[in-house]
Amino acid sequence: MSRKIDDATMDNVEILAKLALSDEERERAREEMEKILSYVEKINELDTDRTEPLVHILESGNVFREDEVTNGSGKEESLANAPRKKDGQYMVPKTV
Amino acid sequence: MAKQYETVIGLEVHVELSTKTKIFCGCAATFGEEPNTHTCPVCTGMPGALPVLNKKVVEYAMKLGIAANCQINRYSRFDRKNYFYPDNPQNYQISQLYLPICHDGWLDIETASGNKKIRIHEMHMEEDAGKLIHDEWEDCSLVDYNRSGVPLIEIVSEPDMRTAEEVIAYLEKLKMICQYLGVSDCKLQEGSMRADVNLSVREVGSETMGTRTEMKNLNSFKAITHAIEGERARQIELLEEGRQVIQETRRWDDNKESSYSMRSKEDAKDYRYFPDPDLMPVVISEGWIEDIKKQQPEFAPEKAKRFQQEYGLPQYDASILTQSRRMADIFEETAGLCGQPKKVSNWMMGETMRILKEKGMDPEELSFTPSHLADLILALERKEINQQGAKQVFEQIMENDVEPISYMKEKGLMMVSDDGAISRAVEEVMAENPETVEDYRGGKEKVLGFLVGQVMKKMKGKADPGKVNALLREKL
Ligand SMILES: [Zn+2]
Repeated sequence: MSRKIDDATMDNVEILAKLALSDEERERAREEMEKILSYVEKINELDTDRTEPLVHILESGNVFREDEVTNGSGKEESLANAPRKKDGQYMVPKTV
Repeated sequence: MAKQYETVIGLEVHVELSTKTKIFCGCAATFGEEPNTHTCPVCTGMPGALPVLNKKVVEYAMKLGIAANCQINRYSRFDRKNYFYPDNPQNYQISQLYLPICHDGWLDIETASGNKKIRIHEMHMEEDAGKLIHDEWEDCSLVDYNRSGVPLIEIVSEPDMRTAEEVIAYLEKLKMICQYLGVSDCKLQEGSMRADVNLSVREVGSETMGTRTEMKNLNSFKAITHAIEGERARQIELLEEGRQVIQETRRWDDNKESSYSMRSKEDAKDYRYFPDPDLMPVVISEGWIEDIKKQQPEFAPEKAKRFQQEYGLPQYDASILTQSRRMADIFEETAGLCGQPKKVSNWMMGETMRILKEKGMDPEELSFTPSHLADLILALERKEINQQGAKQVFEQIMENDVEPISYMKEKGLMMVSDDGAISRAVEEVMAENPETVEDYRGGKEKVLGFLVGQVMKKMKGKADPGKVNALLREKL
């Protein structure tokens, strides 16, 4: 069986997902993704030429809030989940 | 003969909206607060937190779209743009790709080479990211999510601009419209207006587009101009050497005045956009559009025309005053209070502009009370103060919004209107200068100027020279 997902695509997906997979993990991921693709291909067999595209799964719209401040300081609560913090900020690996 | 090149520029402009709260949560959208105080589960991307759209953001987007002659999509939707970076806690930015709120508009710009129409491809609503700063001590980055979820409108132009001058004119126009609408203060330096420049070059006459690069981090009109000139030269040099321009994102370094490659530009497909199932579609009725249209303010061109007709201002004054809504409003209120529109215009275009320029301020930052300038103009009219003194008072009005009459009294800047005091000074000067008095009486009329000067000196400049002149002639 020819592979649906070639090595170059796997490389690209790893970069986008910021993952470094071992050879074994990579093959398992490839197999799982190929199953997903087969499933989508099945859907593609349907003739949708005369079907209006579905823009949203729910029919209604316009769920709004008014522009009023309802939240107070969330600092303590937000930072409670931070693995590392400093001076009231989240500490993360160097980015720039 | 050397090849002639044409620069092709399109802009992606982000304006930060001046709403009270963020786009999808009730956190305040104000700046300069302690890091992470304006955060909640929604804007820090906690699993399970549900975003709810701020209605004002939709209205601001409609206002801006209508002002820029756009079509409004009756049905629009939010999509997720996926990327991993710590400024983005959800790992996706909520934006609009497939059904943006506005599309196909245009703005007229004016440059030295005439008028031009710049087409707008689309405008969409999205959320801002957090702020990252580098920590030297720990060699790590620190994240503040106060800005995460602050509403933005991105305005995407067509590649219709050819010069830096056109780009600046387009940005100025956009800024002016936003300020008139009150949707954003559009300060490049402070990041409430950000412009990414997409630029390519091609041989003059060519119909095909060259490969474009995108430049980011342009924080002033000067940086934009230099970046455009530098990038044009860089691309032409590559082509002349037979090499290729690579499609990439480049970051402008204001200190080095040059750009460097950040990363090769992602394709839209790399962002794996898909509809955000947490947010309901936005459905806009004809009635809603009509309501917004009715609320649109009078923009600069109509206002300038009205200022000429209603206040008899020269065209030049009217066009300068209406460049900023704040300036136009202050002019109009002050003119209404003192009934001297041309004098108000002179103060606005002269001293006001001079002081703004000196302080590097935007006319939108003007904050003095119009009645203070009106009172000063009336005091000048009544000759209670001279021009010199009035300028001094006006500086204080600009600086501290002082009440002019009490300030004049307090600082002893009031002119002496008491004839008795002027008479006494005249008599003293005549007694001190008997020879000059004799010269005058002997027919040397030009010594009068000297005597007037002496009286003014005695009055410390606080007398009307016309009155001094008349009194002197009388007594001589
Ligand atoms: Zn929040």
